[in-house]
Amino acid sequence: MEHIHKRFPGVYALNDVSYELRAGEVHALLGENGAGKSTLIKVLGGIYHPEEGNIYIEGKQVSINGVRDAQKCGVAIIHQELVLVPYMTVAENIFLGREHGSGILINRKKMTEEAQALLDAQEIHIKADTLIKDLTIAQQQMVEIVKAISYNSKILVMDEPTSSISDKEVAFLFQTMRKLTAKGVGIVYISHKMSELEEICDRVTIMRDGQYVGTEVVKETTKDELIAMMVGRELTNYYTRDYQQPGETLLKCEHISDGNMVQDASFELNKGEIIGFAGLVGAGRSEAMKCIFGLTKGFQGDVYVKGQKASIHSPIDALKYGIALVPEDRKLEGLYHVQSVRFNSTIEVLNQFIHGVSVDGKKEVDITQKYIDMMSTKTPTQEQAIGNLSGGNQQKVMIGRWLATDPDILILDEPTRGVDVGAKSEIYSIMNQLVKEGMSIIMISSELPEIINMSDRVYVMAEGRVAGCLDHTEVTQEAIMQLAAN
Amino acid sequence: MAQETTKKASSNKVMAFLKENMGIIGALLVLCVFLAVFPATSGSFLTSKNIFNVLRQISTNMFLACGMTMVIILGGIDLSVGSIIALSGVLAAGCVSRYNLPIAIALIAGVLIGLVIGVFNGFVISQTTIPPFIVTLATMNIARGLAKVYTGGSPVRVVTKEWQFIGAGYVGFVPVPVILMIIVLIITALIMNKTKMGRHIYAVGGNAQAAVFSGIKVSRVKFFVHAFSGVMAGLAGIVLASRMYSGQPTAGEGAEMDAIAAVVVGGTSMAGGSGKIGGTIIGALIIGILNNGLNLLNVNSFWQDVVKGIVILLAVFIDYVKNTKSKA
Repeated sequence: MEHIHKRFPGVYALNDVSYELRAGEVHALLGENGAGKSTLIKVLGGIYHPEEGNIYIEGKQVSINGVRDAQKCGVAIIHQELVLVPYMTVAENIFLGREHGSGILINRKKMTEEAQALLDAQEIHIKADTLIKDLTIAQQQMVEIVKAISYNSKILVMDEPTSSISDKEVAFLFQTMRKLTAKGVGIVYISHKMSELEEICDRVTIMRDGQYVGTEVVKETTKDELIAMMVGRELTNYYTRDYQQPGETLLKCEHISDGNMVQDASFELNKGEIIGFAGLVGAGRSEAMKCIFGLTKGFQGDVYVKGQKASIHSPIDALKYGIALVPEDRKLEGLYHVQSVRFNSTIEVLNQFIHGVSVDGKKEVDITQKYIDMMSTKTPTQEQAIGNLSGGNQQKVMIGRWLATDPDILILDEPTRGVDVGAKSEIYSIMNQLVKEGMSIIMISSELPEIINMSDRVYVMAEGRVAGCLDHTEVTQEAIMQLAAN
Repeated sequence: MAQETTKKASSNKVMAFLKENMGIIGALLVLCVFLAVFPATSGSFLTSKNIFNVLRQISTNMFLACGMTMVIILGGIDLSVGSIIALSGVLAAGCVSRYNLPIAIALIAGVLIGLVIGVFNGFVISQTTIPPFIVTLATMNIARGLAKVYTGGSPVRVVTKEWQFIGAGYVGFVPVPVILMIIVLIITALIMNKTKMGRHIYAVGGNAQAAVFSGIKVSRVKFFVHAFSGVMAGLAGIVLASRMYSGQPTAGEGAEMDAIAAVVVGGTSMAGGSGKIGGTIIGALIIGILNNGLNLLNVNSFWQDVVKGIVILLAVFIDYVKNTKSKA
């Protein structure tokens, strides 16, 4: 792709961007949210048409004017949000739109057999007649990959494929990717996780503000260099953390069980402290927090806040005890997408400005602005629909929403998932500021560097139990993984 | 200073509303101007008698549409309202003609039976995951059936001046249903825009899962909205029965569809989470004035349905074009 230009009203989305993918390589596309990665991919996939620029595939100039064109050229895109039909079988999904059969009748048996052959060829142990809804996210991803292969794709684009699967599944995904590259398929790989680049990618192209910044060979560069290229400045203090002597015990949880994912978990949180919760996906970390926040009906165990036994049956109870939870899945559990930033910022604190049928509009604006400023959220206006903001800014609004309740204990579940590097760093520095001012934070995260660099203490959970607790002076990736995998 | 900013903010809101609904406001104006200028209707359309007549005809649909706006913003649908009109009407009329109860009690009974059905809808919908479409489809049949059982299929007549007051009476020169309509609109607008419940309705409709995490009592919100919709339908039932001198078991057939049409023409998304009562008012006006205009033009009623369908499609299409443009 050479000298691609794409303009939207008011935005120069792609300004002279070039990108080259060799057969058999994994080439990462790196950049903050809003850098233009998705736009570039959509140009390649035929969803957008560029104003200027040319696309060459195997030396020949091609014109991609639609999704069908892209498929014909051997381009397959696996979107971040999987687009399989839940109530159809694996085979039906793979052959969707080009079903085998004569006339209007579908030859289901032949389709299932062929799909099974494709799955077996990749050593993916899924039955072709399973319904998509019964598969895990990782398995669904594998189906997407097989579907892409079945088009004889030479170019495979993967948009943040690891954002919602476990480490074990990531390993299998990488294995499958290597098999494909060995056959000469080129893979465009988009991810925010720097650690993955070293593991799977050969080269990396960095974009910033719709412009091409540079292309590097992964082995010959460092993480810091890449980050500097992405944000356009050196991030000297990526993690901000000033450790202080923690105060008295604020929250004490004993023998928490939800009868399913959490079994007899005990932990405590001191004033002015950040505790991290590490563990594999499904270890019961989020579920334990849901108990404390009153989202799980009838959990067992005792919660003590400031030494007093707390009875928490709903989020409203939890808020009364000064506990707030910023949920893990922003899209599913947090955002009111079509509503404004203001609506999203104030939904927890309506009591502060709505009395009966009178709304104090000025106060509503002030509260919203306070947290926009505090979090340095970038939004054109307070009326902007939150769905139009970048992931990082959405997350800032989410954190602001819960800070507005003035909590003593802030639970952050994957606070930087799908958040670009610049905003991540800002979120860390805000967390640091908050604990300095006396707040206490529980952070669940699957990113070990973040856990290690931000936490006073790290609880590691495995299979619903607390497998151990590590002080920040002794915590290492190896120590965490050892506890997590037991 | 503070007052000024609030004033400015509220005038901005009005501008934003006008801008957002440009399409349908334009359609409404075109319709009115056409009827006012077109020779065949110019004499009869712009008379105060006809205007109040139109508003009175609209009132029934407007009551339903108020409840329906909330239900649809909540992400649901209420199909039972048309049948509630019949049940409420026959019960109220029956209270007077069969049990000789005072008219006030009869009217309250009519509204209450609407509340009962609404509460039942709300209870099932908030306590189970059965889709609102199915639940209200069932209560639609139940309510219609009960109305027929109660009356044996024939109208229950009440022919007294007092009975007619609420549906055909006047206060000064303004028809009573129009006054009721304005009161109901104000109450609905207040709930939607000025109360915590209103915000919660938008929140649950926008993302029910997030609402749970926000500590919003989702089932209470669903319960309230369906009960409100039931009350609105009960009110529509007594007004209609009063105007027609009788409670009719076939009253309000298809009325739920007119209400849904008013809401979607008014720009409320069937996906839930967004919409404004102001849009619904315009939607109901368009449908009402269209009916009136077609009557004035002596278009036969079969063709009226065809034209109405086309206009609904057109109004939603304008909205669609506008939205896709602003997104690209």
